[in-house]
Order: sequence, then C-alpha cells, then structure tokens
Amino acid sequence: MSAVAMALTDGWIVAKRNLIKIKRIPDLLIFSTIQPIMFVLLFAFVFGGSIQIPGVTYREYLMPGIFVQTVAFGAGITAIGLADDLQKGIVDRFRSLPMSRAAVLVGRTTSDLLNNVFVVIVMSLTGLLVGWRIHTGFGEAAAGFLLLFAFGYAMSWISAVIGLSVKSVEVAQSAGFIWMFPLTFLSNAFVATNTLPSWLQPIADWNPISSVALALRDLWGNASTDPAFRGSGFPADHPIPLAVGWILLILIIFIPWSIAKYRQAASR
Amino acid sequence: MTGAGTAIIAEGLVKRYGDVHALDGLDLRVPEGTVLGLLGPNGAGKTTCVRVITTLLRPDAGRCSVNGLDVLRHPDQVRKIIGVSGQYAAVDEYLTGYENLEMIGRLYHLGKRTARRRAGELLERFNLSDAADRPVKTYSGGMRRRLDLAGALVVSPPIIVLDEPTTGLDPRSRLGMWDVISERVRAGATLLLTTQYLEEADQLADDIVVIDKGRSIAHGTPDELKREVGGERLRVTLGSRTDAQAAAEILSRVCDGPATFPDESEHLVEAPVTRGASALVEVVRGLDAAAIEPVDIGIHRASLDDVFLQLTGASVDAVAEEVS
Repeated sequence: MSAVAMALTDGWIVAKRNLIKIKRIPDLLIFSTIQPIMFVLLFAFVFGGSIQIPGVTYREYLMPGIFVQTVAFGAGITAIGLADDLQKGIVDRFRSLPMSRAAVLVGRTTSDLLNNVFVVIVMSLTGLLVGWRIHTGFGEAAAGFLLLFAFGYAMSWISAVIGLSVKSVEVAQSAGFIWMFPLTFLSNAFVATNTLPSWLQPIADWNPISSVALALRDLWGNASTDPAFRGSGFPADHPIPLAVGWILLILIIFIPWSIAKYRQAASR
Repeated sequence: MTGAGTAIIAEGLVKRYGDVHALDGLDLRVPEGTVLGLLGPNGAGKTTCVRVITTLLRPDAGRCSVNGLDVLRHPDQVRKIIGVSGQYAAVDEYLTGYENLEMIGRLYHLGKRTARRRAGELLERFNLSDAADRPVKTYSGGMRRRLDLAGALVVSPPIIVLDEPTTGLDPRSRLGMWDVISERVRAGATLLLTTQYLEEADQLADDIVVIDKGRSIAHGTPDELKREVGGERLRVTLGSRTDAQAAAEILSRVCDGPATFPDESEHLVEAPVTRGASALVEVVRGLDAAAIEPVDIGIHRASLDDVFLQLTGASVDAVAEEVS
C-alpha cells in the first residue's frame, strides 16, 4: 500500500471513530449548530437595521460572511479533538500501531469537515427562513459550497497545529478560537471594508475570510452592485482565484507542519 | 550485537529532560520467550524506558532493538511485532469495547473480517462479552484495563510491553490479569513488564532489573535478588526481653551465623540459616530446654520488598516491622 493510500484508509478508520463519538454525544453537534444560528438571527435582526449595503439586502450580504465565519470556527474543534486524544493517551496507542503517521490528522480533519457540512446545511435552512436566496444556477451554487467546505478543511489543518502544540484541552478551547475573532471580524464578512479606517482596509481586503466571502457572494449572486462596497484592488477583482490560492497555501504550509508536530507531540 | 535469541536489547539509553536524567545509561536484555520485570520507584525511568522501546520516544543516546530491528531506524517494522499497553488505559471511552478492538485490528491492517473475529475472541477471553456493546465510559477501572491489555494482544504479537498493567486494580482483577499474561508467555511471547508491585514481578518475571534514577542498580532472578539481601533467616519473637540473650545464644549455636536483634526492643532475635527446617526443630528444642516460651517462631524469607527497599535506600527493618 502506498503512503497516501494508507493515510486515507487508516484516516477513514479514525474518522469513523470520531463520528461515533458525535453520534454518542449529540450535544456536541447541537451546540456547534446553535452558535451560527444565533449569529444569523442576531446580525439579521439586531445589526441588520443599521448596516446598509447598496444593491443587496443586508441579510443576503451577511449570509456568505456568516457561512465563512462558521466553517472557520467549526475548524476550531480540530484543535480540541487532538488535544483531547493527546491528553487521554490515545495518541500514544495510535503511535504504537503500524498505521500511517498522517492517519490521526486525516481522520480528525475529515470528521470535522463532515461536522461542518452538517452545520452548514442547518444554517442554510435558517438563512432561507430569514430571506437569504441563491440567485445563480446549480453549478455556481455547488461551486460556492465546495469552496466553503474546502476553506473549512484548510482551516482545520491550522487548528491541528494548535491542538498539537498546546498542553491540555482547556488551553485548546481558548487557543483554538481566540485568534478567529480578529480574523473573522477584520474582514468583509459583516460589514463592507470601505467603512473601516483606511489603514485597516488593505488588511481586511486581503484577509482570506474576505476573499472566500466575496467569492461566495459572486457565486451565489449576493454581492453588492455598487463597486465601492467590494473593497479595492486585486482582492476585489479576483476573489475566486484568490480564495482558491489561500486554501492551497494554507494546506501546503499546515499539512506538513502538523504531521511533523504529530510525530514529536507524544515524544515529549 | 543482535545475539540470536535475544528479543529486546537496550544499550546505554540516555534521555534528559532539562537537568533531570530520566534514563542515564540504561542497559537491558530480554531473552526470547522470557519475562523481564522492570522494577523501580516512581520516577525511576520505567515509563521512559518503555516509551523508547515502543518507538514513542527518541533517546538522546544509546541504541535499542527489538527482534534485531533497530527501533530508531525501523520503527514501522517494530510496531508490527509489538503489543503495547500503557500506564493509563488508552481506550476510547465513547466507543464500545468491541468497536475499540475492531478499530485497533483494522489499524494493524488485519482486514475487516479478521479484525471483527479477533475483537470477539478477545472480548470473550477477557470476560468482557457481556459489556462488548456498551460504551467504555460505563466500564469499571478493571474492565478498562482488561480492554487495554486486549488491545495490546490483537495481533498476538511476539513481543509484549506492559507498563504497570495492574496499577489500581483490585486483587481479583489483578489475579485475572496475571492469568492472561502468563498464558501469552506460555504461548511463546516475550514480555517486558514494569511494575511497582514486587509480588507481581515475583509471580511473573524470570528476570528482574531494578532501576533507580534512570540506571540499573540490580539484576537477577527473583531468588538471586532475595538471596542478595539476606536469604532465609530464622526469626524468634519473644514474650519478654529478659530471655533475649539466652535465645540469641541458642540461635547462634544452631544457625549459620551470629544472631542479631533487628529492632531495639529486643523482642525479636534472628539469624541466617541454610537448612531452615532442621534448624527450626533444633531451635525449638533448645528454647524448650531453656524454658523460653516464644510468641512466634518461623523462617523469614526476604521478600522483593526487602530487595527493593534495601537497594533504593530505605530501611528493610521498617518494612519487616510493618509486615509483622
């Protein structure tokens, strides 16, 4: 068996084990779904009235942003899961077996991806209820969701490095998420970047969250018709290739990094 | 230097954590088909040693091989022939017992059907069949330990490494574990076992290495180690200290060495013996003739506790005191 094939078969066995846990404690899934639903409702009904985006209703503008935020936060549970396995000695068990060195990570990121898929389905339904619609054809709609999941998957690998670096689940619970607040709020996810101070605008425009959110808006027909509300420069003109580029860059850096971390993690 | 018939060889293992030498030039050899008991107080380096042998930890210096395979150069091959059970039961508590074992079997690449059959067999063997479909969360400590040990035996590995397999178990569970472990050894497996229970090492091990501060401080069979700290002693407990001198004279005459008073109260008198039974009869006759009535009289064999405490620097008498 080649190294990649073994990583995938062993990874799937580990992913199934993680999914059994979700089945046995459904609360985990329920709570990871409640937060995004809450965000949709809060932003739609509380902030929605005071934020104006010309050419599109705020709820339509908001939904792609919240989708991106949600999969990013959803990826945060990768850190918790790995820290938990390390702390309980299960990683030691895995590392003493003749299985692929990448399997625990492949399995964890895969099950967290499936978790994200479920949450996005529930969120889409909530979005439809508050008035969000996709205005494009099936192909573009599907491409949007694929891009969204690919981004969540890439974020999981960043989260994996964090989970393997911290010493306990408690630390993973805050370290895995705290950086996501500036990351997701310093973007076009909730507001147009032209409302930010001018020195912050380029940072927000180049933020991967913005690229993915703008790409989704374009793919789903949720973008503002007023070009001033797209941000400026390359990120505003080419959000889809830029989003794909960000995803690939994250994967290229963080997959090898987390595998290296995994090899040392338990040998401290 | 991979001598035929030696399953595990460790030479000059060193592992430092800052200023602490967890391993400080440790040597070990475990002949094929035998049981080595690795004994030592907390923090002696037992677990660190196990982690090196099971490919979980890179030592700073030294080499280690399992069935001739270098653990640093061929960790993947080593993992195929070892079964490991750690100090903490590393089983997944949300999975059932069956699911845990099936998963381990699949990760050893046994194939779905074989993995399932093996899981069933092991659950049966470890008396866990009734609990097979319950999440491990609901298991008692003893059941978790048994499942963890079962996990180490999924592929019937030729080399088994157990790190304190019975710590925290009640006596019945411990006896059950010893049974299963001995069965694997009779089937030809080589076993490295760390333990804090000297009785356990005495029961299971062919050879014992006592380690302290990351170094081997004694090595031998359980009997050799016991002999080293004094072998058999004939011990008389007296009702009053007035008879102490007379009793000591009798013991000195009959036994194979001078009698001593192991504690200050002088209620205890003892002397080394080699022919325990006949010496005992003669001492009883002597005491009877001198009209000394002992409270207790008997042959005291050094326990591994004595070995352990003497070698690691505590008083043997303190233990004898506690025991009697």
